[in-house]
Amino acid sequence: MPLPLIIEFSGGAELLCGNVKKHNVELPEQKDKWQVRTLLPWIRDNLVQERPELFMQGDTVRPGILVLINEADWELMGELDYELEENDRIVFISTLHGG
Amino acid sequence: MPRKCGSCGVKNAILKRPKTGDALCKECFYWAFEEEIHHTVLQAKLFSPGETVAIGASGGKDSTVLAHTMKVLNERHNYGLKLILLSVDEGITGYRDDSLETVKRNQQQYDLPLTIVSYEELYGWTMDAIVKQIGLKNNCTFCGVFRRQALDRGAMMLGADKIVTGHNADDIAETVIMNVLRGDIARLRRCTAITTGTDGYLPRCKPFKYTYEKEIVMYAYFKKLDYFSTECIYSPNAYRGFARAYIKDLEKIRPSAIIDIIHSGESMQVKKEVRMPTQTTCTRCHYISSNEVCKACVMLEGLNKGRPRLGIGKIHKERRKWDEELAAQGKLQTVDGGGTDSGNVQVADGETESSAGNEQRTCSGVCSGVC
Ligand SMILES: [Zn+2]
Ligand SMILES: [Zn+2]
Repeated sequence: MPLPLIIEFSGGAELLCGNVKKHNVELPEQKDKWQVRTLLPWIRDNLVQERPELFMQGDTVRPGILVLINEADWELMGELDYELEENDRIVFISTLHGG
Repeated sequence: MPRKCGSCGVKNAILKRPKTGDALCKECFYWAFEEEIHHTVLQAKLFSPGETVAIGASGGKDSTVLAHTMKVLNERHNYGLKLILLSVDEGITGYRDDSLETVKRNQQQYDLPLTIVSYEELYGWTMDAIVKQIGLKNNCTFCGVFRRQALDRGAMMLGADKIVTGHNADDIAETVIMNVLRGDIARLRRCTAITTGTDGYLPRCKPFKYTYEKEIVMYAYFKKLDYFSTECIYSPNAYRGFARAYIKDLEKIRPSAIIDIIHSGESMQVKKEVRMPTQTTCTRCHYISSNEVCKACVMLEGLNKGRPRLGIGKIHKERRKWDEELAAQGKLQTVDGGGTDSGNVQVADGETESSAGNEQRTCSGVCSGVC
């Protein structure tokens, strides 16, 4: 079964995605559970339209981008290891734009 | 799944604090965030009752959160301050005009008076016009010098006693690194100071000196504060961009790195006394300057004469040529303050750390200048 999620970008991160802040997406079915680890490259390949290096660095988000999973800091949620659930809301906020 | 708050133990934690590693719930985070800033304000004796304080407001995240926090603390702890929002309009179409709309909304939301001063009215040049003339090479230098002065003049016009800016711990750490890399000792000494510009300039304070950018952004996010986040369209500042990325990389490995860098900057000792500028007033605009003619006026002269390289860098040959011309006309005693160490002239030029600090954000595009 595909996995529906809400992905949001703000703080300037939306500029990487054609200036669209909110994306309702469905991740394709796969045999392993989707984790943030596998979500990030999916976002890079499917939502990010320009300068993917400003979104990801190595296998994680570029330092300076904050991540929230269901309104909580991803650092409290296991970061890359977090296993995604149906209708999870993942927010990416750039701290690198505007002061 | 999420942990319980380490402070109240009741609600779910929503944030891991970079400085301490504590996991806090929303309410405990707000309280810790605001009260730490209050502590900084008290510790550094930033304000006295009855003062008028101009908040440098760019519409970006830092200054938006600063305006909000200043209002909260002023009321909660009876600072007795009169707060005013002060914005600089650099004249950058599609950037500053949009961010000024955000400031105008902030004015309504926070119920604070707002004043906007523009490069155009002060200098007769918008940044758009300057870029048209000089291209994208040194535009941030112009912008930084002009902005610093513009903010000061705006604040003086308003009868303000002080200016507060939204420079946060990440910004200061970044500036320390840049000053080390550039060997700019005079600025290195100044850039960690919580209050600068006391000799003749209006004092400028940084209540966010110890506040991490992550917390500012999270605070704005959870409080749903309205801020503007786009890069300045004229912002090629790659050097600051690298320093920034470097700091963020370090923070990822060890979050205390940011505060550690600030402490390092604070405790660095300079062996030989660096020649510090003596203050006088600019003979043209009568604004405070360490030279006969202030840096902004030198730059304007260059723009108006079609010699925009004037006033850029250390003693540039264009400026030397201009000095000679002035000397020949008998108009000049000492433009470079009479010092022999030309390497320090830029430092002596009345643009203090905040040009590094200021060029900073608007211009680096990573934040917004006055921020
Ligand atoms: Zn709590
Ligand atoms: Zn002048």
